Amino acid sequence: MTLAATDLLLDASDVSKTYGAVVALRNASLRVRPGEVHALMGANGAGKSTLVKILTGAVIPDSGRIVVRGRERASHSPAEARRNGLISVYQEPTVIPDLDIADNLRLTDTAVEPFRHWLDELGLPNLNLSTVARRLPLATLRIVDLARALAIEPDILLLDEITAALPANLSERVLEVVHRRRGDKSIIFISHRLIEISAICDRATVLRNGETVGVVDVTPGSENRIVELMLGESAAELEKRAAATAATGPVSAERTPRIAARGLSSARLRDATFDLFPGEVLGVVALEGQGQDELFDILSGAERPSAGSLTVDGKPASFGHPADAIRAGLVYVAADRTEALLMQRSVRENIALPMGARISRWGWINLGSERRVVNKAVETLQIDARAGSEVRRLSGGNQQKVTIARWVAGGVRTMLCFDPTRGIDIRTKNQIYVLLRDLAAAGAAVLLYTSELKEIQLACDRAIVIFGGEVVAELNAADADEPALLRAAHNLRAGAPLPEQVAAEAVATARATAE
Amino acid sequence: MTTQPVLAAEAARTARGSIRVLLRDNAWMLGLLVFMVVLLGFTKLINPFYDIKSLQGLATSVLPLALAAVAQTLVVLAGGIDLSISSMMAVTSCAAAVLMQQYPGNEVALLIVVGVLILGLLLGAINGGLVVLTGVPDIIVTLATSFVFAGFALLVTPRPAGAAAGWLKDLVVGPLANIVGLDAIPRAAVVLVVIVAVIWIPLRRARLGLSLYAVGSNRLAAFRSGVAVRRTKFLSYVIAGLFGALAGLSLTASTGIGSPVPGPDYVLLAIGAVVLGGVSLAGGIGGVVGPLLAVVVLQLIRNDMTFLKVDPNYGLVAQGFLVIAVLVFGTLVQLRRRRA
Repeated sequence: MTLAATDLLLDASDVSKTYGAVVALRNASLRVRPGEVHALMGANGAGKSTLVKILTGAVIPDSGRIVVRGRERASHSPAEARRNGLISVYQEPTVIPDLDIADNLRLTDTAVEPFRHWLDELGLPNLNLSTVARRLPLATLRIVDLARALAIEPDILLLDEITAALPANLSERVLEVVHRRRGDKSIIFISHRLIEISAICDRATVLRNGETVGVVDVTPGSENRIVELMLGESAAELEKRAAATAATGPVSAERTPRIAARGLSSARLRDATFDLFPGEVLGVVALEGQGQDELFDILSGAERPSAGSLTVDGKPASFGHPADAIRAGLVYVAADRTEALLMQRSVRENIALPMGARISRWGWINLGSERRVVNKAVETLQIDARAGSEVRRLSGGNQQKVTIARWVAGGVRTMLCFDPTRGIDIRTKNQIYVLLRDLAAAGAAVLLYTSELKEIQLACDRAIVIFGGEVVAELNAADADEPALLRAAHNLRAGAPLPEQVAAEAVATARATAE
Repeated sequence: MTTQPVLAAEAARTARGSIRVLLRDNAWMLGLLVFMVVLLGFTKLINPFYDIKSLQGLATSVLPLALAAVAQTLVVLAGGIDLSISSMMAVTSCAAAVLMQQYPGNEVALLIVVGVLILGLLLGAINGGLVVLTGVPDIIVTLATSFVFAGFALLVTPRPAGAAAGWLKDLVVGPLANIVGLDAIPRAAVVLVVIVAVIWIPLRRARLGLSLYAVGSNRLAAFRSGVAVRRTKFLSYVIAGLFGALAGLSLTASTGIGSPVPGPDYVLLAIGAVVLGGVSLAGGIGGVVGPLLAVVVLQLIRNDMTFLKVDPNYGLVAQGFLVIAVLVFGTLVQLRRRRA
């Protein structure tokens, strides 16, 4: 049976879902035409992930109709959704770590030939299928996961934030493949990066507060419309404030640095040397796997350096445990919330966890002062804690706010943020930028690694660039625009063409030939 | 004034809301409590002679298992499991009984009790130390130490022997006092509540309590938050050792001797009580009140089976099935919650 372009491949309408007092979806709809790349947009808490879970059968909606190819379908499990022709690929690969790739393929009945073909397309032609998954880098596993889904040729492929944690070269390849595949089967594409949306998507459905607030044809310049729909009005204000507070200029070098790192080395890190001063936000820019993870692990006390020295407030420091770093005032905010939170425990306990030492005397927790501090932190960060008895019920953005709140609550001196805005909506991102600026203004020092280059100018005073484990460049925020940072991150001289530009041109060419 | 009624209504609503939250968060415990009361009613129905005295007997007979269940709960909350509890009880019970026979006298007995409690702490420290230092899974380490401790118990006395000081026996038998009003309260229950209150409540409010839950809930997050993960795990076993010794002492107190091979399998019963008491075997969820109620429920089921003249071996089968049923039910509830 052939379908006309206007016939819908997937028609989800009037979908609603409530969790206790929290309305996750009230009136959401999503209509996907055959052969299109359809973006699903929305701030965190807008109901995007709930809608995805409903489509993939992980959550059963309270009401609503889901029609696939003209027939009403209800998926009660991911396996059923699969049989209905919908396969999803998430940011976290669903590969069994202890099996090799070939066994992982067998597990999902995936043929090897098409899988190989898609691996080639995605830029990993030489992968050895007998490698145990655990031994492969995370980025490779994400590509494996995607190639496996593509090999099954589903009617609808749902890609949820898959580019968020990929290095730039791989994510460009992914976008290219997705774009080239268009016209054949449909793709639902979720990403916080508007640039990707406008590069490869045909239409975008925007959710806000659990409702579908608009469907936009993606054309040059439609990004603004999408952002407006996503945010309502309040957010533009925040962005303005974030921009206004940022970039107060370089800090005087005469003061004692909060952190002075000299020649820090580890497996990936080589001779990292830099200073972090009180009152500044120092950005760290690096491509995936340049040793930035190790740098943050060393600073937060989770790992010991193999060489080099660290001084905190002018005094030599050596951390054998995160508790030592925390005592020295160095606190860590992770990109991955599951690394930081007790998902089944309450907001209160999560905020109180690391600050017990400061609130309690002789190991006793003073419940009264604890409650005061927690409430203040919840208020400062505007955490929506209605589902507060278990942190896992909060939205991703609110979870990240909890991980920050726990440190702010105790009065923070040095905050080490490792990609704190990964997978978080623009509104919460802006709140986090403002918060980091406020912290710096109050005298704290902030080290901010980010995979989104534009954050450097939004939130930082200056930035250092790490390449091959070394600090290869230092830029003031004013000079740290995206091209400059990208060039430095690839350790390229000014003027040389960037891999991203090459890839972007490839996408543009592909787009032109497709039309 | 219009604001006052509004405020009152608001207060009433939040009060209702918090009661609802309280009910939701403690639904399992309330269910268990109701189940226990129903079982008590059923017991009275099938055995009209069941009275206050029987309740006192019930309290005395559940005391060892109750303390063992608390020990297991502490370890499970921190993400571990202790298969050596039964053997720890045997060692401490035998040591206490043999020593008390050799050195009779109430004052000496007090010293012996203190010594046995220290022995419990040591046994727990051996478990915790091995788990933390070797990195071998908890279940293997404590299985191995259970054989070691069982061997120790047989070395102390190869057959049931020894004696218990008079005051120790009196501590767990009969009513709280022979005064009207207090004669209805089983003394063993008071002892249990006091022991648990003196150790658990301070622990829950101290830094260590939060750390226990944190380590059991998410090891990496706890580590990143500055919790001393290994020390916490170690201490969970040490305190479990203390409760194991208390359980052993209560065995000696209630039987008057020390037996190197305790009758019921306290390890499995304690795990059963932990599960039935709403503690997640994955760690991080639950408390001690649930397992304590569960211990009473398990004992009542056994008693009722005796009253109904059911073969005691069927009783074991029934308890095993109950634990499986609880695990299945608990998993279903979890799944529904995740989807709902």
